[in-house]
Amino acid sequence: MELRFKILRFDPQSDKEAYYKTYTVNARSEERILDCLNRIKWEQDGTLGYRMSCAHGVCGSDGMRINGVCALACQKLVQDYAGSEEITLEPLPFFQVLKDLIVDMEDFLARVDSMRPYMIQSEQPPERERLQSQEDHKKLEEAIRCILCACCTGACPVMSENPNYVGPAALVWAYRYLYDTRDGEFMSRIEKLNEPDSVWPCENYFECTRVCPKSIPITKSINFMKREIKKQLPDSGKQ
Amino acid sequence: MVFKHDVLIVGAGLAGLRAATEVAGKADVALFSKVYPTRSHSGAAQGGIAAALENEEPDSWEWHMYDTAKGGDYLTDQDVAEILAKDAIRAVYELEHMGVPFNRTPEGKIAQRYFGGHTSNFGQAPVKRICYAADRSGRVMMDTLYFDAVRKGIKIYPEFNVLDILIQDGQVAGLVAYELASGEVHVFHSRVVLLATGGYGKVYKVSSNAFASTGDGLALTYKLGLPLEDMEFVQFHPTGIWGLGVLISEAARGEGGVLRNGEGERFMERYAPTIKDLAPRDMVSRAIYSELKEGRGINGQDYIHLDLTHLGEKKLAERLSDISSFVRIYLGLNPATDLIPVHPTCHYMMGGIAVNIDGNVIDVKNNPVPGLYAAGECSCISLHGANRLGCNSLLDLVVFGRRAGQHIAESLNHLSWVEPPAAAQRDTLDRIRQIKENRAGEKAVSIRQTLQEVMMDDCSVFRHEQGLKKALEAVRGLQERARNISIDHGGNRYNTDLMDALELRNMLLLAEAIVASALNRTESRGAHSREDYPERDDEHWLKHTLVQRTDSGVSITYKPVTITRFQPKPRAY
Repeated sequence: MELRFKILRFDPQSDKEAYYKTYTVNARSEERILDCLNRIKWEQDGTLGYRMSCAHGVCGSDGMRINGVCALACQKLVQDYAGSEEITLEPLPFFQVLKDLIVDMEDFLARVDSMRPYMIQSEQPPERERLQSQEDHKKLEEAIRCILCACCTGACPVMSENPNYVGPAALVWAYRYLYDTRDGEFMSRIEKLNEPDSVWPCENYFECTRVCPKSIPITKSINFMKREIKKQLPDSGKQ
Repeated sequence: MVFKHDVLIVGAGLAGLRAATEVAGKADVALFSKVYPTRSHSGAAQGGIAAALENEEPDSWEWHMYDTAKGGDYLTDQDVAEILAKDAIRAVYELEHMGVPFNRTPEGKIAQRYFGGHTSNFGQAPVKRICYAADRSGRVMMDTLYFDAVRKGIKIYPEFNVLDILIQDGQVAGLVAYELASGEVHVFHSRVVLLATGGYGKVYKVSSNAFASTGDGLALTYKLGLPLEDMEFVQFHPTGIWGLGVLISEAARGEGGVLRNGEGERFMERYAPTIKDLAPRDMVSRAIYSELKEGRGINGQDYIHLDLTHLGEKKLAERLSDISSFVRIYLGLNPATDLIPVHPTCHYMMGGIAVNIDGNVIDVKNNPVPGLYAAGECSCISLHGANRLGCNSLLDLVVFGRRAGQHIAESLNHLSWVEPPAAAQRDTLDRIRQIKENRAGEKAVSIRQTLQEVMMDDCSVFRHEQGLKKALEAVRGLQERARNISIDHGGNRYNTDLMDALELRNMLLLAEAIVASALNRTESRGAHSREDYPERDDEHWLKHTLVQRTDSGVSITYKPVTITRFQPKPRAY
């Protein structure tokens, strides 16, 4: 079938402002949106800018706004937009655009880094593995699905209200290490999470959870951490 | 502008990261990645990492070493396999200590599962040797090492594509890199360059590989006249999603899944009576092609079924959740109730840049090139031989990535700085200008698609002389056409149009090396299966291929295989 793509274009070097350009491609219903984008770029317009690599929702490169909703172009199929005459592709909101659908990820990764997304343990590890119960491992099962695609952060309405908010992806990484029984910094992580721009700005819009390509229950995890902070630090915290 | 670091590592997948974190603190090290960091293809590894921990069943590193050599159809250098199998245990504990979230046994130890070709007691029965984090083992390992690299303050150049290695007086002087964000070409001065650029599965039409897997590191060394080793050995993974090539991990069969033909028969019982669906990948892919050829595909189509319906929702959710989601998203099927249509997909390259046991790149006479290293899939340390076993690749990356890092740190004392050639980037800039200014040429896409089809048709699971000769001629014709590529994008910011063109030229070089090596080897061994020479021929072919570019064209020579403990025997499972 013939399908129209309306793509937001912007090259800060040569364009005064962003504009939409429309392309028509022949696409089968089971094809990925990324397949269509590739055909546009390879056959019609090599100047189009977007990131992609693994093409099956593992590397996290091709997060963008598809018909207004943040998603991975390789994880959405043409048939998911049946009924739309035109598919609109825009860069992730809130992020600075470097070219067309390519956004600056530096600030996003810096926010994740601020959560110390690595294990901190002053005790010498045993010769073999550290033991961890299956129940304790299970607590991490959802958080470790994060591929840093930034769809959640792009979709979060709080990000534009409060640009200092660390954002949902950073909090997924905070959760992943807070509840890893092998980590030795539980209380200092709690204190970090109690800072004004960590968990507290979240207002339960659930947009992050709705768009997460890996189905991580992000909002639920944030609320879980809010309760944990109140439990651990009864005198502080919001509300 | 000229930048300077002691050690430059090209590629931020697991091999590059593990080497970088080993060198950090001992020397000034920088990492280059042509994709954004954390997008590297190590992250797509699903099944796990092999190590004889004995957490679930009796096991030993000797059995692991034997399986690796036999899995490689005895083309594996056994001294390398011994290092791998012994060091595996330490390497997995190290990853666990860094925080990799492995699944657990009821006692809280690292859980282990079955995988193709991993056996107990020298081939007697499958053994639980694979440590895993559901079916996203590569991703969690890569993220753990990436944040460790960030924590160690390692300088990362994201979205920098390395276009040339600089050699002066036979020694590394640095490299030339293209910055995607600005379109600028920079010279980086260094004493060491380590290539960890991954595979090149995108040479084939049906592939589990990322778009970035174009073998740039191999092309860089090949263009310098250095040899590539065992290039004819290309692994097709038996279970790619039909039509798409997206990987369905062997873990699916490790957890009990079985393959069924159009008659519903579990056909692997006929091909590998002892370990059945857990036979190595080359054998299973050949078995699938044979079933299809004999008309036992599904409804006359070119696929067979992977049956996971008896595993239950719980196991699928806990251990195979990513592949379950791929099946749901791309096929609209539920693996708990539906059979999955699969077909072999190009997955892994056993061949690569010839290196010695420390990862130092070597020439055809085995002389190391001072300062030049390679690790991971882009290298050929002769570990995987003619066919890699599943879960030996993540292990390869962390064991030999670290080993290369150690050797680099030790070698720096006696590696002097050599000045890069004057106007080092001139050749690179000329190449870019030539493509950008060519107005009347051909777009990369048609050449690339033809290449991928040629390789799929005539140089995939089964090969024969006639097809290989045809493929060689076709690839050389495409190389000619690729001289005249033109692109739409004349700008400087994120010119991926230009990158596509440069990557295509790299792939064409490697395709020629694969086909030429395959044409020469008149036997069948591991993943190289010649219909006109169906038997393994140890008398003439128990040797590694070295392919090299010379002034008079492609030259092929051979070197011996290191056999220590296990003499070659017929390979049955």
